[in-house]
Amino acid sequence: MDKRTSLASAVAELRDGMTIGIGGWGSRRKPMAVVREILRTDLRDLTIVSYGGPDLGLLCAAGKVKRACFGFVSLDSIPLEPHFRAARQNGTIETFELDEGMFQWGLYAAATRLPFLPTRAGLGSDVLKLNPQLRTVRSPYADDEELVAMPALALDVAFVHMNRADASGNGQYLGPDPYFDDLFCMAAKRRFVSCEKLVRTEDFLKEGTLHTLLLNRTMVDGVIETPRGAHFTECPPDYGRDEAFQREYAASAKDPSAWQAFFGRYLALEDEAAYQRAVAAR
Amino acid sequence: MIGATRAEVCAVAIAEAFRGDGEVLVSPIGTLPQIGARLAKLTFEPDLLMTDGVAPLLANVLPVSGRDRPDPVIEGWLPYRKVFDQVWSGRRHVMMGATQIDRYGNQNIACIGDYAKPKAQLLGMRGAPGNTINHTTSYWVPGHSDRVFVPKVDVVTGIGYDRAAALGPVSSRFHEIRRVVSNLGVFDFATGDHRMRLASLHPGVSLDEVVENTGFELAIPATVPETRAPSDAELRLLREVIDPEAIGSGEVRA
Repeated sequence: MDKRTSLASAVAELRDGMTIGIGGWGSRRKPMAVVREILRTDLRDLTIVSYGGPDLGLLCAAGKVKRACFGFVSLDSIPLEPHFRAARQNGTIETFELDEGMFQWGLYAAATRLPFLPTRAGLGSDVLKLNPQLRTVRSPYADDEELVAMPALALDVAFVHMNRADASGNGQYLGPDPYFDDLFCMAAKRRFVSCEKLVRTEDFLKEGTLHTLLLNRTMVDGVIETPRGAHFTECPPDYGRDEAFQREYAASAKDPSAWQAFFGRYLALEDEAAYQRAVAAR
Repeated sequence: MIGATRAEVCAVAIAEAFRGDGEVLVSPIGTLPQIGARLAKLTFEPDLLMTDGVAPLLANVLPVSGRDRPDPVIEGWLPYRKVFDQVWSGRRHVMMGATQIDRYGNQNIACIGDYAKPKAQLLGMRGAPGNTINHTTSYWVPGHSDRVFVPKVDVVTGIGYDRAAALGPVSSRFHEIRRVVSNLGVFDFATGDHRMRLASLHPGVSLDEVVENTGFELAIPATVPETRAPSDAELRLLREVIDPEAIGSGEVRA
């Protein structure tokens, strides 16, 4: 089945109020072209589920986010995400803040169609106090241990970015870490993969070993080829993080006029190709 | 060897926090924790397992900065999904930072002020809740002040001994806050009810300086030892092998 599609078609499936999962980690291999496409819409009130980086920061800055589900939000080389900080400190977003491992467990529960998974993580911490909807569960065995019942993080739509994919939706990562991109896809009703390069299926093993084939095609509904689509986050071995651009992005959180200037120069453009031209021309 | 700097004293105190750990993953967050853990591995804890900061596990010990570094010897692969497995298996000792820490070792790295509209949003929970309930945790505070050592933290990310005790003996059986190392001294919880205790003062630091900069009452033994000085061999390793550009000194106030 040929699942190739475009950024515009994929994002056109989104509706106000949806729960969107975004793959990658911090400022690493994020589907940024998709995030930029969302910024071109009038979508609002989204719940974003993310090991957060500039994806969450940009969506907050553009007023798209009602609720953020996160364990951290960071730009890695800049430890605190300034746009996310601004949204939190202005009290403009709701939160569902989790331990990083609880977050994985929530995705895994959703991926495997379980209502929850038990874990020790979270016990005694303010994760439970700040999220009173969370419950504990007792082991039915002789130990009778009390554990956190981490609920499934069910997603309406997931977006992940791969180094390579084929038209059928098989996806390959070539960097050091798969992050949780397979779980994001498995936890969602609709699943989209953007990729640096679309390849023929028979060429996958010329690109990397068998073990780099993270996504199989049952996990994917749409494939979008977006070269440099993770920019300005890193996407090794294709490219590293654009630190100079990331600094420019971070500086745009200084005040509303700085953000307006940044938005106008890079984001209020007609499409992803125009963004890439604006980045190259700076 | 010329005398040890405060940063070098801290590096050794951090290394000492890992003494006795044997074959576990150590995750030192911050520059001096990176230096201290490498020192422990090169001296008295050779079996410590460490990543390069990302997914590869390194068999050899590289300098923390600089261009002319030896080639890494990769002995394994620890992407984040396996990090969480490792955390939950308990075979790990993490040294985290703390924007706030209280007398029972509760840590906050999430935010300062009212949670709904914080004065300062920080990193978030990160892995602190899961770390502290599952395995040994230590903390590194490069700027000891009463804004860090507070009577009550605004958000409990890593859990302290009072929270662990309230969970009961079963849930808290893997909880251990081993050590807090600051730029002024070393602290532990070796008291009857696990309140923070001053374990040693770094050379040149007075007891008054620690008391004035701590926002709660510390347990203070009748005789407070001095943090041990680095040996000549340790100074050589720090200066020639681990931190030849002395970037560790940039993290600590003297």
